[in-house]
Amino acid sequence: MELLKKYPKLFQWLFLLVIFFALCFAIDVPETYKFIRGQAEFVKDPNQSTYTLFGAEVRYYAFDTLWRLPPLLGWLPIWVNDSLFFLLNEWMPMEFWNEDLQEYRTRPLVLQITRNITASMTFLIELIREILLGGSKTVVAFTSWDWIDKNPWAELPGLPWTIVAAGAVILCYKLSGKGLAIFAGLVMIYISVFGQWKPSMQTLSFILVAAPLSFIFGLSLGIMAYKSKRIEKALYPLLLVMQTMPQYAVLVPAMVLFGIGDHAAVIITMVVAIPPMILLTLLGLRAVPSEVIEAGKMSGCNNWQLMTKVLIPTARRDILIGVNQVIMVCFSMAVIAAFIGAKGLGWNLLLALNQLNIGLALEAGLCISMIAILLDKMSLAWANKQEDYFGNLTFFQRYKNTLFFAGAVLIGVIFAYVGTFVFKGSFNYFSEIPHNKGLSFADFWNKGVDWIWDTFFQTLKIFNTWLITEVLQPMRALYLRMPAVATLVLVIGAGYIIGGIRSAFTVGGLALFIALSPWWDRALVTAYMATFGVIASCTIGLTVGTLCQQNKYTTKFMLAVCDIFQTFPSFVYLIPVMMLFGITDTSVLIAVIVYATIPATRYTIEGLRSVPPALHDAATMSGVTKFQRLINIEFPIAFPHMMLGVNQTIVFALFMVIIGAFIGTEDLGQYILKALSDKKGGGKGLILGICVAFIALIFDNLIRTWVEKRKKHLGID
Amino acid sequence: MTNAVIKCESVYKIFGTNAKKMLQEANGNVDAKTFQENGCIVGVNNASFEVAKGEMLVVMGLSGSGKSTLLRCISRLTDATDGKIFIEGQDLLSLKNKELIELRRNKMGMVFQSFALLPHKTVLENIAFPLQIKGIKTEDSINKAMDMVKLVGLDGRENYFPRELSGGQQQRVGIARSLAVEPDIWFLDEPFSALDPLIRKEMQDEFLRLQGVLKKTIMFITHDFDEALRLADRIAIMKDGIIEQLDTPAKIVLNPATEYVKKFTEEVPREKVLKIEAVMDPVDDVKNLSDLKVSKNEIIENVAEKILTQEKSVAVIDENNKIVGTVHPSKIIHTVFGGEKK
Repeated sequence: MELLKKYPKLFQWLFLLVIFFALCFAIDVPETYKFIRGQAEFVKDPNQSTYTLFGAEVRYYAFDTLWRLPPLLGWLPIWVNDSLFFLLNEWMPMEFWNEDLQEYRTRPLVLQITRNITASMTFLIELIREILLGGSKTVVAFTSWDWIDKNPWAELPGLPWTIVAAGAVILCYKLSGKGLAIFAGLVMIYISVFGQWKPSMQTLSFILVAAPLSFIFGLSLGIMAYKSKRIEKALYPLLLVMQTMPQYAVLVPAMVLFGIGDHAAVIITMVVAIPPMILLTLLGLRAVPSEVIEAGKMSGCNNWQLMTKVLIPTARRDILIGVNQVIMVCFSMAVIAAFIGAKGLGWNLLLALNQLNIGLALEAGLCISMIAILLDKMSLAWANKQEDYFGNLTFFQRYKNTLFFAGAVLIGVIFAYVGTFVFKGSFNYFSEIPHNKGLSFADFWNKGVDWIWDTFFQTLKIFNTWLITEVLQPMRALYLRMPAVATLVLVIGAGYIIGGIRSAFTVGGLALFIALSPWWDRALVTAYMATFGVIASCTIGLTVGTLCQQNKYTTKFMLAVCDIFQTFPSFVYLIPVMMLFGITDTSVLIAVIVYATIPATRYTIEGLRSVPPALHDAATMSGVTKFQRLINIEFPIAFPHMMLGVNQTIVFALFMVIIGAFIGTEDLGQYILKALSDKKGGGKGLILGICVAFIALIFDNLIRTWVEKRKKHLGID
Repeated sequence: MTNAVIKCESVYKIFGTNAKKMLQEANGNVDAKTFQENGCIVGVNNASFEVAKGEMLVVMGLSGSGKSTLLRCISRLTDATDGKIFIEGQDLLSLKNKELIELRRNKMGMVFQSFALLPHKTVLENIAFPLQIKGIKTEDSINKAMDMVKLVGLDGRENYFPRELSGGQQQRVGIARSLAVEPDIWFLDEPFSALDPLIRKEMQDEFLRLQGVLKKTIMFITHDFDEALRLADRIAIMKDGIIEQLDTPAKIVLNPATEYVKKFTEEVPREKVLKIEAVMDPVDDVKNLSDLKVSKNEIIENVAEKILTQEKSVAVIDENNKIVGTVHPSKIIHTVFGGEKK
């Protein structure tokens, strides 16, 4: 009894587990139950039951309700899809002037709007692309084809790569200094020499459109949320879902609305990139000291002046970190958007992966990673840059960089012109190195992969088989063995113990949504893969993080490594694992583990670092050993922060599991991928994405609630 | 007083969702405890006072006493829950947003505890900021700001950024900024609290020098009783939102109104605070005085030695050399050593 009073929570947990297992054993697996593979849901089967709700016919396999809940929400994807279709094709037909046909045409309003957005996006992308890669469409856009035929001189040549490279170097020098400038130069030369110039510039033009637009929208929405509590409350759940929704899943409904191609990709990128911008704007504005705001008010600022002259400049750093996020999200989307036909590096990567040409994929992937690092470092340098006072500058000092760039343009143009004579009859390498005319080590890499396969085939195979038969299959079977009711009880119970009735309702609602969707089994498979990945990642991350934290230099090194790995678009991680493990669940899981270890390590290090030095000293003076200090002082205090790391790890793992569908898994991701190629997949893709987001949000809610309580208990911030 | 620049009439500031309703129900009898039980926090409780033109009122209180809240009510950075505030006869609470901005642009200046400088602007730009907000031409505002830079003794550093300055220098910028629009009313919210003791002393001297030249109407907030004694024309001591006593430094030291005020005054060395004026007796016998004459505005400590060498009472004179009172040496001894002081 005394024990019970001392550890009430522990007994609550035990009680919950007892109930959970009791339910698991009490509810038998129905004899008819089998994991539904492939397209079974799409084929009519006499064993299926049906019901009709809101005009949508839902087919499903009926089981004991305690075992699997009936998909009462099965109508939702169909309904979403029908509504989208209705909105797009039937709602509010209106007369619009058709430029090509020179007459009024009746078109539904939404279709017209989306087409107009599409047109303007396409125009913007093309405009930038033509400047970077050359062409005549831009000139035509302002004049006409006849005009360009008559005046061939006006045809825009693309910027020679030397000029873009010089521009990047000078910009990096201005932002950060020599180191970054040299790195930028190397990246540019790599891109060019390996013939990745054109796809890189296509991707860049994509980012140059998506990032500024996302910035503007994100900033305005952030400001609105700052000013009005109501808007913030309305935005908040949306932001949460968007942050945990796999980027993949957003592609599907966008495809329905905007079709496929670069413009759709830009729009969908904005949808993904705006939420972090809003959050960081809000965060930055909130962090402005109240006295600074009061000083602004007392100086007689009106609202507009207060915002533009006091709040935004003071929150500059956070807002620019938001820009950094926007750029990175845009870049990673630029890669994933290849699935809906965005041109550029992602497209090349996808092609190479589809052909299983690991060498080519590796080259494209390396290029993507290097550009990602460059963009990340550049935008961070911009955020951290502070103006300094250097006294009165001379004209040359003030306009040094502009002058250098002007010089670079001149020299680049001359080079490109000279190039036309030097490389007569072939390509002008001083202007642009064509895609397949650059250096390529693809064959070398492919041979390397072959060699690895030949040499280590047995070892890898044994490991692979062992992992699948001994660990993964049983784990998966266990997850699928859970009756739906038992899982729900477990989730709700955990919510209640951690956060009380409110939390129980939230997580219960989220779990119920998934249980009532037609994809509960798939969600379980997703959960099992993610669980495996998270456990492995956390173990590795905790160990590596703790070990590295013992030394100042290793700490710095590890954080830098985390920084770099984090900038890679998640898709890139699939290349090396496919190279080593081929197309199996193991590949996906290893990619998941590598990707999800980043936040686990980072948060471990940061958590341990946040232990106040005074406490550290106090412990040392009480004569603890290093190990005792770690166990008794540092871990307990760093634990809340480390749990936030676990939270991130879960989100990262889920993302990767979903993307892993590209390699071939049997989880929610597989269906998302299917929805991508399904004409009526819009609603399905959206609901699937929401299901994944909800899995993440269940854990997010539990962990955050716990961390907040724990922090309050420990009196940390 | 007809020339009151700031006038408060039973000002209340209560934080909480149903503050207004509770205040009405309380009918003027606001008790912090009962309010707190109902989820309301009392910031300012029935504050009434006036500040005359050119006067410096120092509001003294410990943290949480509501002194900063009171200041923010008077500058209308927060709206008072109830009561009336007049600035030069204008009803502050009835002002529309536009009029309020006009008032701040022309009449008010404020200095903050944490300096509250704009990190992205140089010293000069920070000082010129209120002027530019007002819409003054860049050149004029820069010239004016430059004058301010000189006034607070920062010449040569006008192009530095705030982060490149020490705390004392930053606060000089804050002071210069608040004075740039030449306000009539000057609010200072614990301006020197974030500074080291030596710098604080230096800044106080500087502040007194400035006030000697500028003669602004000042509300000065501090939690440091010594600072209050040094600077104030009158001191208001606050506790739990209530003004416990509002009087001249001398009267507060000699006649603390409540136990709470007494706690502050007990340890104060009176000879360092009080002026001769505060201890002099009325003139009864002009002939029976020593030859020494002391000004009524002298601090006791500075003339004590001279007075104590005398046997007879010493004449106290005012600015026009007219005898206004007398001080007997025993009175000085009593003030320094005797009395209620333990």
